[in-house]
Amino acid sequence: MNLALDILTIVAVSLGAIFFLAGTVGLLRFPDTLTRLHALTKADNLGLGLVVLGLLPQVSAPLAALGLLAVWLLALLSGATVGQLLAGTASAPDQDRAETPARHAGASHD
Amino acid sequence: MTSALVVDAALALLVLGLALWVISTRAAYSAVVGFVAYGLLMAIVWVRLAAVDVAMTEAALGTGLTGLLLLGAAARLAPYEAAEVSSRPGRGLRMLIGLLCAAIALGLAAVVLMLPDPAPTLALLVAENLPPTGVGNPVTGVLLAHRAIDTLLESVVLIPALIGVWSVAADPAWGGRPGSLPRPQSGSALTLLAQVLPPFGILIGIHLVWNGADDPGGKFQGATVLAAMWILVLIAGLREPPAVRDQRLRVLLVIGALVFIGIGVAGIWLADAFLAYPEGYAKPLILAIEAVLTLSIALTLGLLLAGPPANDHRSGGRS
Amino acid sequence: MNGPTLFGLCGAALVGLGLYGLICQPGALRKILAFNLIGSGVFLLFGVIAKRGGGALSAAGLGVDGDPVPQALIITGLVVAFAATSIAVALLLRLAEISGRSTLERAGSGSHSPTHERAPAPERAA
Repeated sequence: MNLALDILTIVAVSLGAIFFLAGTVGLLRFPDTLTRLHALTKADNLGLGLVVLGLLPQVSAPLAALGLLAVWLLALLSGATVGQLLAGTASAPDQDRAETPARHAGASHD
Repeated sequence: MTSALVVDAALALLVLGLALWVISTRAAYSAVVGFVAYGLLMAIVWVRLAAVDVAMTEAALGTGLTGLLLLGAAARLAPYEAAEVSSRPGRGLRMLIGLLCAAIALGLAAVVLMLPDPAPTLALLVAENLPPTGVGNPVTGVLLAHRAIDTLLESVVLIPALIGVWSVAADPAWGGRPGSLPRPQSGSALTLLAQVLPPFGILIGIHLVWNGADDPGGKFQGATVLAAMWILVLIAGLREPPAVRDQRLRVLLVIGALVFIGIGVAGIWLADAFLAYPEGYAKPLILAIEAVLTLSIALTLGLLLAGPPANDHRSGGRS
Repeated sequence: MNGPTLFGLCGAALVGLGLYGLICQPGALRKILAFNLIGSGVFLLFGVIAKRGGGALSAAGLGVDGDPVPQALIITGLVVAFAATSIAVALLLRLAEISGRSTLERAGSGSHSPTHERAPAPERAA
């Protein structure tokens, strides 16, 4: 039983790490803000979710498991909101540009 | 041990690479983004150095709030940035400065390599003297009992800092509402986040303070989370920042330091020393100080971020 | 070579890097960032000393892994660093608003055109 749980942990955490790696590669390689956001939020949601799933069998107390789940849910909530805000400023090119930082999103090219 | 060393080496290289990016990249905005990533990696370094309390403070305050402050400043300063390049020192001078700075770094590195072995430490002394304070987290014990004078001065120093920020306001704007936060955009996803997140955030902040007695956490980490929730509500436009002439606000800002000083002075008679706690009452007194200090620090941190009073469209005008 | 020593060397390098940025970068915001890097390097050196001190004890089986005294001082330092940074940013924003510059040079020196003087801050004009 313990061995199975350990294997579940290893598999899930490794999968989560792969999602983070893929998300980072996408962030660096994708051409524009929207596709980069897509890569980033996928890594956050699924990668973190898998890492949390993998860590659940290892916790000693049920309260700690709740804490882990809360971390994931809060990250989902803030990730989704930030993604929505960035996408909103990126897809509305003119009216917001003067006062939002999104125009710098392309700065990492140079 | 060796695999841990490889991870540490990779972490140190990443930190150094990001630091290099922060000082060398062209746009100030990218430098600030690099600084935020740097701060998050530093938090992991603190965990590797067995300093979980420091890691929490670094992530919340050194990265979160400082990052927000600097991002806002970078966005507002972007129009002036083009003029900066012309006043960069020449190549020869830069080489000389680089050599001197490298010499300083090498000197510090030599000191690190020649640190005495076995290392001097106060940890044993703290562990021996922790039981009388009634708290289980040695860092909290040091902050509020053994080195309480440092913590007192620090919670006091936040207030002159806030006065300093306020006093750069233009004369007609004095007494009004702080104006450095971005203007709210109605109907955005931010509004939803600012309505859903704060109840949980406040709970987490209080949990951090309460837990800080026995586990990593404490009033600074908790107060930072509370301040972040307040700032979120302000940025979403659900509440206006308070006018700085508000008397109730000013009382709340200083009450933490006042209670700390009051209990400290009472210690002269009750426990024979300034900032000493009478026997058996250490823990309740520490908790009381932490509770009011958390409130004052959270307010101060939020107002430091909100900036000096400004005379803009949503200010209440002058008094 | 062990982990703490490695991070100690990293802290020393951070101080050097930050000092270089503080002197060479003309923009005041970049100077603030560089100053924060110096501070961070100093905190890291402190943290390494805390870890070394605690490590000696945990090796002796006393169950402490870091010296809490330097750690508490680092937390104090982080809070003060934030307060100082917020004052610096407030001063800088006000400087830019009044003089139209984001560097620390005196007015008239350097290559700034006098037309920048008293220019209203753009976001207020908008």
